[in-house]
Parts: sequence; C-alpha cells; structure tokens
Amino acid sequence: MRKLISSVSPHVHSPLTTQKIMLDVVIALLPAGIASVIIFGWRALLVIGVCVAVCVFSEWGFEKICKKENTITDLSAVVTGLLLAYNLPVGIPLWQAAFGSLVAIVVVKQLFGGIGQNFANPAITARIVMMTAFSGTMTTWVIPDGVSSATPLAMMAKGNMSSMPTYLQMFLGYRGGCLGETCIFALLLGGVYLLVKRVISWHTPVAFIGTVALMSLVCGKDVPYQLMAGGLVLGAFFMATDYSSTPPTKWGKVIFGIGCGLITILIRFWGNFPEGVSFSILIMNILTPYITKLTRSKPFGTGGAKR
Amino acid sequence: MKLHGIKVQHKKNTADLAPARLSDVSEVCIPMSMHIGKPAKIIVKRGDSVKLGQVIGERDGFLSVPVHASVSGTVSKVEDITMSTGQRVPAVFIKSDGLNEVYEGIAPPEVNDYRSFVEAIEQSGVVGLGGAGFPTFVKINVKDLDKIEEVVINAAECEPYITSDTRTMIDKPDYVFKAIEAGKKYMGVKRFIIGIEDNKKEAIKIMKKYAEKTDGVEVKVLPSIYPQGGEKVLVYNTTGKVIPKGGLPLDVGVIVVNVTTLAFCAEYMETGMPLIEKCVTVDGSAVNEPANVIAPIGAPIENLFEACGGLKREPAKILYGGPMMGIAVPSTDTPVLKMTNAVIAMDEKEAAPPKTTPCINCGNCLRHCPFKLDPKGIMHAYNIDDAEALEALHVDLCMECGCCSYVCPAKRPLVQTNKLAKIKLREYLNSKKEEGTK
Repeated sequence: MRKLISSVSPHVHSPLTTQKIMLDVVIALLPAGIASVIIFGWRALLVIGVCVAVCVFSEWGFEKICKKENTITDLSAVVTGLLLAYNLPVGIPLWQAAFGSLVAIVVVKQLFGGIGQNFANPAITARIVMMTAFSGTMTTWVIPDGVSSATPLAMMAKGNMSSMPTYLQMFLGYRGGCLGETCIFALLLGGVYLLVKRVISWHTPVAFIGTVALMSLVCGKDVPYQLMAGGLVLGAFFMATDYSSTPPTKWGKVIFGIGCGLITILIRFWGNFPEGVSFSILIMNILTPYITKLTRSKPFGTGGAKR
Repeated sequence: MKLHGIKVQHKKNTADLAPARLSDVSEVCIPMSMHIGKPAKIIVKRGDSVKLGQVIGERDGFLSVPVHASVSGTVSKVEDITMSTGQRVPAVFIKSDGLNEVYEGIAPPEVNDYRSFVEAIEQSGVVGLGGAGFPTFVKINVKDLDKIEEVVINAAECEPYITSDTRTMIDKPDYVFKAIEAGKKYMGVKRFIIGIEDNKKEAIKIMKKYAEKTDGVEVKVLPSIYPQGGEKVLVYNTTGKVIPKGGLPLDVGVIVVNVTTLAFCAEYMETGMPLIEKCVTVDGSAVNEPANVIAPIGAPIENLFEACGGLKREPAKILYGGPMMGIAVPSTDTPVLKMTNAVIAMDEKEAAPPKTTPCINCGNCLRHCPFKLDPKGIMHAYNIDDAEALEALHVDLCMECGCCSYVCPAKRPLVQTNKLAKIKLREYLNSKKEEGTK
C-alpha cells in the first residue's frame, strides 16, 4: 500500500479562495462597466481594456523579473485595472491610462510586497498620481452627449446650478464624471451583490455614505446630490472595502468609514478640490494599522472568570 | 457576547445506523498510553493467557489509568510501538482465541459513597471519550464538592462525520440518566445540562423525554456551529460562564463530561466490565458503506474498513477523529484507542492539500475565531520570532479548533502556526522564569 498523507489538522477547508473573492468583485463591477459603455460610448470599453491589460501584464512582468511566483490568476490585478479605469475620464489618452496602471501595480502594489501587503489602495493612489501629473486631461469631462462639461460637484462648488442634471439623470449616470462612478444604479447593484456574497460587510459603506449624508444635511447642502455626485458610491462600496489597505475589524471598518466621510466633506465644502473621496480613502489607508490596533477585541477569558 | 465559529458540512451519514459489533479480530495491539498522563505499567508477559476485561496495565502514578484486555487469548508480543503522535509507547499484543471468555474477576463494583464511586471510575479505565483522553476519575475527584454548581454533558458532537455520541444517546439513554442519578447521589450535583447541536433531532427527542422524568436535567439545544463542543465554548453557551484563560471549568463551578463517557460509567457500575470496546464511526470518501462499528480496543483499523464493505478507493489520508481536529494515522494497522470516536478514510480528492497563496488581509480568521484571537498577527509574530508579541496576542489561549485555517481563502496554515507559536511562547516563558529564579 502507498504511504498515507500525514498532516496536521484541519483536514478540510472552506471552498473560498482568493480567486473566487476577486471574481466576485469583478462580477460586481460589471454593471457599472456596462453602464459606462452605454453612457459614454465604446471609448469607455477601450479605457477599461487598456487599464486591465496593462495591470495584468505589469504584474506578470514584475513577478517574472523578480523571480516571484506568478499571481495574475488570483484576478486581483484585473480588479485594480477595472477600478482605475472607473476612476478616469472617458477621454483620457490611452498612454496616460497605461502609465497609471503601471504605477498602481508596480509602485503601489508590487514594490510593497504584492497582494495583501500594500498599505494604500493601488487604483486610488494611481489616480491621485495621474491627477497631479496630467491635471489637464484628468479633469476634462465629457457629458454623455459628447459636449465637454464640468462635473456636478464642480458646478456646485462654483455655484453654477442652472445646468445641473436631475436626480434621475444622476441616478442613471447621465452626467459628467469618471466613467465608472456615474451610474449609481449599477454601482448599487454591484454593492448589494458583494454584501450578499459576504465579500464585504455593510459597516464601511454605511458609515462612509451615512457620514456624508449627515454632514451634508448639517451643512445645509442638497443631500441626494452630495451622495450621487462624485465617486462616493464607487469609493464606499469598492475601494474603502479593499482588504489589504483597510481594517479587518468591525469597529475598525466603522471608524474607517466615518473618517472617509468626514474628510470627503471637508475637501468638498472647504477644500480646493471639488471632490475628496480619493484623498479621504488614501488618508484613512495610512491610518489603518492604528485603527486596527485600536479596535482589536479582547480575547475570550482574558478578563478573568465570569459567572 | 456571541462566540463565533464556522458552519461546516455536517456529513452525519451514519446517524441513523445502529452500531454493529466487530466479531472476528485475530489480534489486538493495546498501547499503554491511551490517556493524558503517564502510560500504564504492563503486568503481563509474552505467552500469558488473558481474558476479557483482565488488567494488563496498571495505573502508574496519579494521572494514569489501568488498561484491560479486550479479547481473550494469548499475549503474543510486548513491545514499543509508534503512536500517530510520534510518541513511542509500550504495547501489549494479544492473539485472540475467538472465545471472548470473560475474566473471573469481573463483577459490578461496590459503590456506596463518593470515595468508592471515584475508585470505581478509576478501575473502569475510562478516559474522556470525546477524544481528549483525560482520566475521568481525576476530573471527578474534586476536593470541595460544594464548588460544583453544574455538570455540563457534552453531546454537541460538532465535528463532521462523527455520530458515535449521537448513537450513545439513541441506543443507551438509560445509562446516560443512570449516570446522572449516580452523580446526584454520590457527588451531590443538583444541576445537569446536556448540550446538543440542533442537527441531532432524534437524540434531542430522546434526551428531552428522559429529562422530563428526571429532576435537575436540562437539554440545551445549540446551533450547529463548530466548535460548539469545545469545552470553554460549550460551558459559555450552556451556562453563560466564562472560563478564565489558563483556567479549568471547575474554576467557574462546572464539570464537563462527554455523553459517551458518562453512559459508560453507568454501564460499568452495572456490569463491572471495564472499557474494552468502543463505538467508532467509520466514514469518509474512501469508505464503501459508512457505519458505526463497535470494536475491541486495539483492533487494527483495517478491520473496521472490512466491516464497512471495504474501501472503494485507495485512501490517501486516514484520521482518528473528525476532519477538523483529527489526527492523521500512519497506516491501516494502527489500533483503535479508548478515545477513538471515528476513523475517517479520505480518498485522493478529499485529502488533497490546498494550495497556499499570499494573505490578503481579509480578516476572516479574526472574525471566526471563537476566542477572538488574531491568527494573522500570531503568524507574523511567530515568523519574526517575537515571543513577547505572542504573549500579548494570547496565543496560549488557542484551543486549536482550526476555524482560522478552515475559513482562510489563502489557505494559510494558521492554526498549525498557532500550535508552533504556543510551543515558542512556552519556551520563552520558561526561560524567563529561570532567569527570574537566578
């Protein structure tokens, strides 16, 4: 008889894998992708394609050069590519999109040790790098009928309310903005899918969006516009829930979400930029280790006996 | 506060199958260490003829139990064997004469007070049959009986596949409740709680029926969340009491006893036949007809498979116990032990080791640990050799249930690292203590 396998327990494992989690995120991002093509045209697909392809290729290439194990099959690079594309204006030159993808994967993710090791969200950091490097093309918005226009947030910041889209237009995504952030309906569809599949928990999105809603109300702003404009819904469901750069604890997620909401409001209402979702997530990413430490629960029975 | 755990596939395929007795075992191999504590001292030699229930190993020291012959026949060998834990342990091999002649000394023990009760339990050779193997007489040997507020009867059986405790409750409810009566009479315990997972409908029905007729017995139906049968988890979920870190159930006035152990105690008091056989669940993807089998202790596990229609596929891994905490055995001639409640034979597919990928910081391990430990942090501290951090992370609290490894999407060896980290922490604390005494 052949030798029996000898290993330490457990001898069964849940069917969940990293690849399955990432596939769920990709599925959840699909509706917003489809919506972007409907709203902004085929060029949206081109931008998405370039970002995903460059992200996957640069991950493969970096790992090849560094003689690390190939991890492109875990699909995390695909998720980064999708998220970065969704954060770009549809008219972005493709070489700039490719450059951003390279920054996301190589600089933000791989140089810090690859999947699970990066302290900042790759897509968001790359977007901020691109906003600094290509501030012109990164803020040239096209509204769905092909005419260039400002985003609703920029209009509000300038007090130009006459050409604002309606609530329904906002909900369906017919407004200027990054290609994947506009269709709230599609994003909510994906967000609910992630919640149902338990890929993410409700704590971060509820705390994040809730804080923005509450603060907008307190500051006397139009709450639905504040919620649907900008990248709030995309950020709250898909980027503030990134595993490696956000706290894993329940209360940590709540604090993270509230922090993101407050910083977003500060930037939107009092800062120089019309939008603050990306910056808020990046700043909270940096605070994550401390939040995690602060919110760790006390192990069972370490407080002595209880009858 | 709710203790977390995991939902595992129950796979209780054998719950409705009454156990069948294994008849023809030609030779048994009885190790002297089937309990926590010092091995028993062998008192027979090669060529001796022994009978069913005869003592072949005497209790050696305080934490030890006697071992008895499980077949009648001739001692063929006395030699050291390697247990599945890697320990070398002396063992007695007995060639069966097929007659199963009962030893002349077998008679119901005379029990009339607490002392004689504890003594009887000691003579029976019984240990924690849920898998732990802690000598039962030591557990019930309590200095101050008034301290015991309740006895929690562990009938959770939370591991996949295993149904031997379920069968005890269905087949031997009389013994369960006779033992409860003995506990009341000799130990003065007033409250008994039977903790059962809600996937054992039949057993719950029977236990409830009996409990109605008995004073001071509660049947507590618990959700089927692994590790419901973990001692501290069960005590918390049945009584609300928190056993402190490093403490025992007795620290909060509780004794926890496995339901099969309990039933056996009553059976022994009635018959005087010590622990020489065990009901074992035989299951797993490589087994033809999963079943419960009553086997003499020391029978090679290949005999169990033969009693279950043989193996349909070549086994890749065989376990003592369930797939969450069971121990992989080296070969099919490994003997059935006192605390063996299941033997699981997994085929190639079921036993295939998962591929480990990098940690993605999902926090699943953190959120599913019943004791709220941080397996990811522990792994990091272990890898960088930081014993102080391990102490601060309370790794010594880990009961090794394996929930963290089970839920990890990256299939990282978390509980396996916890086990190593516990050893590292112990060494560190010992060296610190030594330094302190210098």
